[in-house]
Amino acid sequence: MRLQFILSELGIGLRRNLSMTVSVILVTFVSLTFVGAAGLLQIQVDQMKDDWYDRVEVSIFLCPDQSEQPTCAAGEASEEQIEAIGEELRGEALEPYVQQVYFESKDDAYEAFQERFADEWWAEGVTADQLQASYRVALVDPEQYQVVSDVFTGRQGVEVVRDQRQVIEPLILVLNRASLVAAGLAAIMLLSAVLLITTTIRLSAMSRRRETGIMRLVGASNLFIQLPFMLEGAIAATIGAALAVAGLWFGVTYLVQDWLAQSVQFVPYIGTDAVWQIAPLLVAVAILLAAISSVVTLSRYTKV
Amino acid sequence: MIRFENVSKVYARGARPALDDVDLEVERGEFVFLVGASGSGKSTFLRLVLREERPTAGRVFVAGKDLSTLSTWKVPHLRRQIGAVFQDFRLLPNKTVFENVAFALQVIGKPKHHILTTVPDTLELVGLGGKEKRRPHELSGGEQQRVAVARAFVNRPPILLADEPTGNLDPTTSVGIMRLLDRINRTGTTVVMATHDDEIVDQMRKRVIELDSGQMVRDQSRGVYGSDR
Repeated sequence: MRLQFILSELGIGLRRNLSMTVSVILVTFVSLTFVGAAGLLQIQVDQMKDDWYDRVEVSIFLCPDQSEQPTCAAGEASEEQIEAIGEELRGEALEPYVQQVYFESKDDAYEAFQERFADEWWAEGVTADQLQASYRVALVDPEQYQVVSDVFTGRQGVEVVRDQRQVIEPLILVLNRASLVAAGLAAIMLLSAVLLITTTIRLSAMSRRRETGIMRLVGASNLFIQLPFMLEGAIAATIGAALAVAGLWFGVTYLVQDWLAQSVQFVPYIGTDAVWQIAPLLVAVAILLAAISSVVTLSRYTKV
Repeated sequence: MIRFENVSKVYARGARPALDDVDLEVERGEFVFLVGASGSGKSTFLRLVLREERPTAGRVFVAGKDLSTLSTWKVPHLRRQIGAVFQDFRLLPNKTVFENVAFALQVIGKPKHHILTTVPDTLELVGLGGKEKRRPHELSGGEQQRVAVARAFVNRPPILLADEPTGNLDPTTSVGIMRLLDRINRTGTTVVMATHDDEIVDQMRKRVIELDSGQMVRDQSRGVYGSDR
């Protein structure tokens, strides 16, 4: 009886303020989409870091035949220079930093090159002599790139020392910034969601003042009087959260996996499982929003 | 049933008190008229009994409970012991007669079978049998007030408060309402009725308490409206 009655009151309330209910749903939808987007971007960044930092290497490119670098004035790196660099990399001084060293000769570089650009017409004309030999160094801690760089930069026979991380870092920085922007927008939208839900509950409470007045008079408990209003806000907000989850799911499926993953292939993209990972968070935020709004409003408008 | 111990109520600091040191007791099963000019404190008296207001000084006891120590969450239980009827009926326009009366039971969580037996009985008692499906606007003023009385009485409260229940009704209809309240009183319900209606008070010959500017100036059993008559 109680439940049935509360549900029917709830239905009346939702229908009576239909336009307000819809606007609450839309505002929570948009704000939680931003919250979710910020979360997904963070997950993406973490995933890229995990995936790449394990694989990134410091490349020590040795002098090719005709290089304009001053350290390459003597021409192509000699056997002795190459040996010396290899020994130093495997030596005691660098042992705490270096995990693995791998020498890529010109022929190795040529093979890797041909494999990578097998489909390109211009790859045919490239010969092994046009490429350069290099040492590929995997570090224990990828952050310690500077140590290796300091040792080998400026040495005769070394053209340049390059950290692959420097290629990735700008991308991660962009993603981090984007997730900050999304979080900022989310904060603003969340605030407006709270205000809107507050207004909705207030309107709903005012339009049913007659009912709540009689309820108080005949001795209905506070919870019983307030529950329909609270549920109204909570249901609208939860529908908004569900829409946000659906929106993010479609975004990840069609935008990230079907489109980005086809056009920019070297990035390890997040999948829809990431959406499910943040979905409970979004629903929790929605319910929290509604709860805050209810507490703020109802204590003032349906007092005993 | 209702006891006021030196009760004063001041709404705004420095203002004239709405009730000034009122001390009285209403016994179980009594019928009491509360008379006095507008602003004499009748409504404040009723609001204090319902604990819609708290006294500035003194103590109010209702149904054996000291309202000054009653915690907020117990107030609904107090109000289930009190039925209230008002001059403006306060019915829900979009509900039928039956639903209006049932509403009072639904919101305090009474089971459906209880509602389905009690509400028709009560409507019969107030003389509205057969009009369950009407809406308030299809009824006369007197009938609407009967619905309000039914709603106040459907939970069989030991106390019934009426704030000028005949204020919007013509004399003939008023008599009908008074007969109804009298019948409810005879079931053992304590009735306190605030009114301006001298004819009714004179006819009924019940206890009369007169308030003037917040002070109790008369408490007379089997009294009349005006003290000078």
